Amino acid sequence: MEETYAIEVEHISKHFKVFLDKGHEIKDYVTSGRRRKYENREVLKDISFKVKKGEAIGLIGHNGCGKSTTLKLLTKIMYPDSGTITMRGRVSSLIELGAGFHPDMSGRENIYINASIFGLTKKEIDRRLDDIIAFSELEEFIDNPVRTYSSGMYMRLAFAVAINVDADILLIDEILAVGDVNFQAKCFNRLREIKAEGTTIVIVSHSMSQIEQICDRCIWIDEGLVREEGAPTTVDEHYLDYMGRKNSQMRFGEKKENEQDNFGQSTKSDNNRRNTRITRVCLCDREGQEKSRFRCGEPVQLRIEYQADLNELNNPLIGLKFIRNDALVCYGTNTEREQIKNIPFHEKGRLFCNIEKLNLTPGEYWIDIAFRNYDMTMLDYAEKSCSFQMYSTVNEIGVARLDHTWEFEG
Amino acid sequence: MKKISEIYHYRTMIASLIKRDLRGRYKGSVLGFAWTFLNPLLQLLVYTMVFSTIMRAGIEDYYLFLFVALIPWIFFSSSLTGGASCIWAQKEMVKKIYFPREVLPIAHVTCQLVNMLLSFIIVFAALLVSGKGLRLTILWYLIPVIMVEYLLAIGIAFITSSLTVYFRDLEHILGIVSMAWQFLTPVMYSVDMVPENVMPIFLVNPMTPIIIAYRDILYYQQAPQLSTLGHAVFLGVVFLLFGWFLFGKLERHFAEEL
Repeated sequence: MEETYAIEVEHISKHFKVFLDKGHEIKDYVTSGRRRKYENREVLKDISFKVKKGEAIGLIGHNGCGKSTTLKLLTKIMYPDSGTITMRGRVSSLIELGAGFHPDMSGRENIYINASIFGLTKKEIDRRLDDIIAFSELEEFIDNPVRTYSSGMYMRLAFAVAINVDADILLIDEILAVGDVNFQAKCFNRLREIKAEGTTIVIVSHSMSQIEQICDRCIWIDEGLVREEGAPTTVDEHYLDYMGRKNSQMRFGEKKENEQDNFGQSTKSDNNRRNTRITRVCLCDREGQEKSRFRCGEPVQLRIEYQADLNELNNPLIGLKFIRNDALVCYGTNTEREQIKNIPFHEKGRLFCNIEKLNLTPGEYWIDIAFRNYDMTMLDYAEKSCSFQMYSTVNEIGVARLDHTWEFEG
Repeated sequence: MKKISEIYHYRTMIASLIKRDLRGRYKGSVLGFAWTFLNPLLQLLVYTMVFSTIMRAGIEDYYLFLFVALIPWIFFSSSLTGGASCIWAQKEMVKKIYFPREVLPIAHVTCQLVNMLLSFIIVFAALLVSGKGLRLTILWYLIPVIMVEYLLAIGIAFITSSLTVYFRDLEHILGIVSMAWQFLTPVMYSVDMVPENVMPIFLVNPMTPIIIAYRDILYYQQAPQLSTLGHAVFLGVVFLLFGWFLFGKLERHFAEEL
């Protein structure tokens, strides 16, 4: 039974000494006592997982959570402080592309250098040479020195070598973003083939869609511990929700300090005689939690808090605009266009706009809110009153999702 | 044992690193690879001029006496000083890719060995031209001597390359160490000239028996004494084992230190 696991990681931990001063010179040893000051940073506290033969798993987590360190421990570039790692089979890692490339040597010669660093013998490289050259699509240029290559060609060559090094266990760190879209698709297909051949794969990536397409299982590492393990779609969703909440917490904390300033300024410059003001704008999820990161298609409530000078008001209207960070207005409307009249205003109050499905595609957006009187005089305009991020588990393109279903004839 | 078979498995990497180094070194220079021969040839010319017209030493054909020892010495000292930076220089690779780290110093030393062997062509030519000639029955002794020096140089490169990762200054210190070491080795003089009271230093110096052996074979054209060879093998193996042990200890944290 034991043998069915290709990778067994048991209770590994790893810490780094992070030196607070950068000095490596003798005078630093002398002036600051015998030892330099450092901090022990525990990157991995207690990580255990097993990977079956032929299985593909994805490691996710925010920056600095320890996923890349885990991968480095798997490749034996580093060794854990405690715990054991058992790898069954030949390991190959796609962590660094184009290692050992020499610019003055030809593409062909560099294939030999690069592949030999991955541990291939000359015979093995001879056998794969044609495949590598074909995969790189550089047939006409393969005998030219690598320095004459464009960066795209360079990466294609490097990737072609890396992906053709066959191994029992393949470790990949965030490198599928090379070349143009076509080449990426090709790399991806090749990766699927490799998987179909029974290779065990471990991928570290920020791209949830990549992980969902390739991996059977996903492991979420947070602060040096395995936080969740399971099917990629479920783990990814929990992870993204968690990240969304974390972002909004950070923003909220920031806002409290700057709130007065930001809003005071925008009201003053736009409209210094009016007393009606938009004091706060935020977005909430279905539980009423304030957030700034939403999944495409999620129900959202826009909340606007205001103070009003009732004497200034003359049948006011409320306008809003969703603007993408490249200044594209994705959606705009106001209450007048929608024939909503006689909106009740109080000296201090709140307004809500319920959006059943926030169908914007992944990206960063902000919201502008305007209060105007019926005669179009401006009461208050809150520019960038609220900014948020969209994410999606489907990698769709464009501005907004058109709700749809597919139907196929039997 | 496992380590040795793993290093053997990576032999293609060693070969391609050497090839890259040799090819890359003279790239862009007009004479290119010819410099490999020109360098020792020009050195020989300078020594001949200096020692046969200006500084006359009391040794017959002093320029040859010096030259046959100097070429092996350059192999050793470039393994010592150049070997120090061979891991540091490839730190991006060491940080990101797994391969047995021993490959880097071995490749560096082997590259220097290839250079020495090419220089030997000039040495042989000089011996023939000067009328000293070559005795083929003696010449085969070169093989074990070169092998011992090769193993010693690998041991030394293991030590310097791994220590330099932790202590960068070593690279600069080694320049001076190498110079001092040269004077404590009978390269420019004969071992008979060494005073009795400093002799112990020469006895623990692993290069002493090696240089004596080279000079016996090439300059005096006689078989080196068995005691000299034994001395060389003993010290070479001691340094190799110590270097390997130290390297094995230190390599575990290379990726973090770089």
